[in-house]
Amino acid sequence: MRENGRNAIVTRGLSLWYGSFQALIDVSIEVKEGQITSLIGPSGCGKTTLLRCFNRVNERYDYVRTSGGIEILGKNIYDSDVSLVELRKAVGMVFQRPNPLPVSVYENVVFGLRIHSKRRELKRSELDTAVEKALTEVGLWKDLKDRLDARATSLQLEQQQKLCIARLLPLKPEVILMDEPCSALDVEGTRAIEEQMFELKGRYTIVIVTHNMSQARRASDESIFMLMGRVVEHAKTEDLFLNPRNPKTLEYIEGRYG
Amino acid sequence: MGAPRPQRPKASIAIERIIEFVIRLSGVSAVFFVAAIFFFIFREAVPVLWDPDFDFAEFLFSKEWYPTSVNNVRYGTFALTIGTLSVTGVAIVLAVPFGLGAAIFISEFCSPKIKETLKIVIELLAAIPSVVWGFIGLTVMSKLIVSVTGTAVGVNLLNGGFILALMSVPVIVSIGEDALKAVPDSYREAALALGATRWETVFRVLLPAAKNGLLAAVLLGVGRAVGETMAVLMATGHAVQIPHGLLDSVRTLTANVAAELGEAPAGSSHYRVLFLTGVLLFAITLVVNVAADLAVRGIRRK
Repeated sequence: MRENGRNAIVTRGLSLWYGSFQALIDVSIEVKEGQITSLIGPSGCGKTTLLRCFNRVNERYDYVRTSGGIEILGKNIYDSDVSLVELRKAVGMVFQRPNPLPVSVYENVVFGLRIHSKRRELKRSELDTAVEKALTEVGLWKDLKDRLDARATSLQLEQQQKLCIARLLPLKPEVILMDEPCSALDVEGTRAIEEQMFELKGRYTIVIVTHNMSQARRASDESIFMLMGRVVEHAKTEDLFLNPRNPKTLEYIEGRYG
Repeated sequence: MGAPRPQRPKASIAIERIIEFVIRLSGVSAVFFVAAIFFFIFREAVPVLWDPDFDFAEFLFSKEWYPTSVNNVRYGTFALTIGTLSVTGVAIVLAVPFGLGAAIFISEFCSPKIKETLKIVIELLAAIPSVVWGFIGLTVMSKLIVSVTGTAVGVNLLNGGFILALMSVPVIVSIGEDALKAVPDSYREAALALGATRWETVFRVLLPAAKNGLLAAVLLGVGRAVGETMAVLMATGHAVQIPHGLLDSVRTLTANVAAELGEAPAGSSHYRVLFLTGVLLFAITLVVNVAADLAVRGIRRK
């Protein structure tokens, strides 16, 4: 695990409005490279909104307005010379409900490569290698190597979610954002995804939004507690859960509200 | 004896039964109507099969249509069938790219305000009566075609195909837009989050995901084109011949029935052959529908 203390994501005074509703208020956080950071807080606290700022996928709605800055690996992603395509290549995202594309397993994994390279540059053998590598990394290769042509949407949910992680890997992302990746999965599936996160940790910076406090506790190095669009507390996970500094954090982790 | 159970009023139970009966009747009535239409068309058409002047092979494959000839009556509908297919073909070639393009634009690219306006206008387009379309073909389009191409007659295959295309586009747009709208938003987000542009999302994700619905949209457009009568009657020139180019006049099966049924004496062979033409149209639409069904199933299996 890299513990050189570099920051992968830094936000400065980040505010975001949905129309006239302010969903993020002056959020300034630093997310360390190579670690797993969880965003926790009750529904509507802005944690998913914050996550969706990091790859600017929020901006597909034209009523969204932001101010402040976000630096990812030292580069302000709101600079005019930043290309959304390149940003999203570097910052992958896993969604709440597994959303493999309605094509084959194989095509799901190479989707990113296909859209980011010229047709001539892609050799079948390279794609094959990329598929094997990515699926091996998420532990699906053994189960799926004979079913690469199967429709991805016909897999079990757990496999679908792993596939959604696998399809990010050929693009060699720096950061992987996960928006409640286990909320559609059962206990086994959740464990598998969490183990997956541990495998990926160190090589990738992972930010995970979760409703499940025990998951945050089990799976993350640092935790950020948010409430009503603000960051209340950011600490090492064990400190945040054992010695919260803010009384609101204490009440939330004790389950008094949320 | 236990406590009296609360009872629903008898009237409300009765009303519910009546409503249920009416709904059931409306559901089953479709079958009845189709059967009745079959029955009456066949009843008028079938006797001609035993007529000495009539030859079924000639009916299907001869291009000689002389139903009122005094000494040599010939009932060949081949030219009419080709007329129908060619006008439909031209219409589809023009309407599919425009219709699907418009559906994609409305569903994926335009702002909500433009979207509302466009949808209203397109619905308006669908509501224009076919005789008005025919009138436009006869007056506006025909002059346009004459002045652009220099041909002698402006009412022809191209004119009819163009008018039919304009009539099918609204159908294709509204069904196609519904099909695209039905694609879960999570697919769009998945593609965008992987760095796809909007176009890449449309071509690589939305079109494959919505292909069943889009095929249905196109086929409903085809259905509209095959069955349309008044507009093609006015716009195609009404000449019984196999067209050799876009600027030849043609006559379609539907237009032929519409134009001649009023003049054919009831019960005559001519009258019955026109009904048989109706059966032929029935068969064509049936083939289109079954083909569509098979195609959709084939796509689904993949």
